[in-house]
Amino acid sequence: MSTAPRLTALDALHRSLGATMTDFAGWDMPLRYASERDEHVAVRTKAGLFDLSHMGEITVTGPQAVDLLDFALVGNISTVGNGRARYTMICQEDGGILDDLIVYRLGETEYMVVANASNAQIVLDALVARAGGFDAEVRDDRDAYALIAVQGPESPGILKSITDADLDGLKYYAGLPGTVAGVPALIARTGYTGEDGFELFLKPEHAEGVWKALTEAGEGVGLIPCGLSCRDTLRLEAGMPLYGHELTTALTPFDAGLGRVVKFEKPGDFVGRKALEAAAERAETAPPRKLVGLIAEGRRVPRAGFSVVKDGVVIGEVTSGAPSPTLGKPIAIAYVDAAHAAPGTEGVGVDIRGTHEPYEVVALPFYKRQK
Amino acid sequence: MSNPQQLRYTKEHEWLSTAEDGVATVGITEFAANALGDVVYAQLPAVGDTVTAGETCGELESTKSVSDLYSPVTGEVVGANQDVVDDPSLVNSAPFEGGWLFKVRVAGEPEELLSADEYTAFSAG
Repeated sequence: MSTAPRLTALDALHRSLGATMTDFAGWDMPLRYASERDEHVAVRTKAGLFDLSHMGEITVTGPQAVDLLDFALVGNISTVGNGRARYTMICQEDGGILDDLIVYRLGETEYMVVANASNAQIVLDALVARAGGFDAEVRDDRDAYALIAVQGPESPGILKSITDADLDGLKYYAGLPGTVAGVPALIARTGYTGEDGFELFLKPEHAEGVWKALTEAGEGVGLIPCGLSCRDTLRLEAGMPLYGHELTTALTPFDAGLGRVVKFEKPGDFVGRKALEAAAERAETAPPRKLVGLIAEGRRVPRAGFSVVKDGVVIGEVTSGAPSPTLGKPIAIAYVDAAHAAPGTEGVGVDIRGTHEPYEVVALPFYKRQK
Repeated sequence: MSNPQQLRYTKEHEWLSTAEDGVATVGITEFAANALGDVVYAQLPAVGDTVTAGETCGELESTKSVSDLYSPVTGEVVGANQDVVDDPSLVNSAPFEGGWLFKVRVAGEPEELLSADEYTAFSAG
């Protein structure tokens, strides 16, 4: 297997912009262009432009495409209307989370599953394996798309100026085919930042032109290119889980506080149903740990894997942590024993290289945009 | 980026000024500041602490990581930059000037400190 990093269609452009690049799930991706804090603030207050071409697109088509997805995923995909999207998960037989996904319904019998880059092959393999007996085709479309996101309060105005699509009619978690800067694109009102914004799936050969058109359209309103570093702090403030941190195969959606994505009421069996029913009951009667937010009183930053402590005893573990540009303090998401997970629990700290730094327990998210 | 000629450097990316009245100033290089990203927290040695060349004496925390701060020389700390403690972004905006970290009364320095040209070659690496 080659260890050379994969490059997106925008690679040369990132380098010309002076991006600091990083390896992410085998891809060479922009970490930041200049200051990641400025990039974060731009998305919260103006707009930011992201290359997310590392995300894994898988197309499922055919008369029984929806039946396959209802069987393979934990969500009720048959209730997703044409042109709409749904956040969902794919689990193992034992209920462990393989990945979290967005499923877009592109047509009557056509769906696009978007997986995390690190799990795209796993999701593809699982869907292919679970497709047996269904009249449906699973297609690896990872190389068919580049993905550009424009996120932030100015993003509707920016995109509107270079598309003929009806953005006002495009709701959150909806997607429609349209033309952006003269080329075809699937325009989705989704994101991972906690702000209004759009994700544009387009042919790789069109990526550079669309990126430049968006840059030009956003010039007067403060749009700047943004890297994965600020994407992480944006999603963290918004309380959104990241696979490999809050979500793993060792956890069910119920353990992650996301049991609502599991739809037992849907007809027919689905992979993991039995184990998830048991997990739902466990979560109800004897929750082991809960996902909470932590806000630092001091300035040292908690990182994934650090212990959460109370009275010298370990009561949990940090899964994600970073300095929050919006709050001006370090924040973390952590799994904490249910007994100590209530907001305002006294005496909770994080062990930061041997020192127990005081932290406030809060409910997630840390940040919610004003609509 | 250019590394000032009058400073000397370590392979841990600290710089050291020429001592005046026995006191030298320590900071991290622009290369290191860029590699760290936005510095959000600086834990500096306290005045009166003894630091030892090549040993950790503090930490710099950025959005993505935390890095140990190494002292390039041995001696007693006679000053720490409160401006950086209050506003760690100075390390990014002015690493060789307002973003200096601490001052040491030099008791001994290692022989392997790099010149500006040597460090430039090293960090281009």
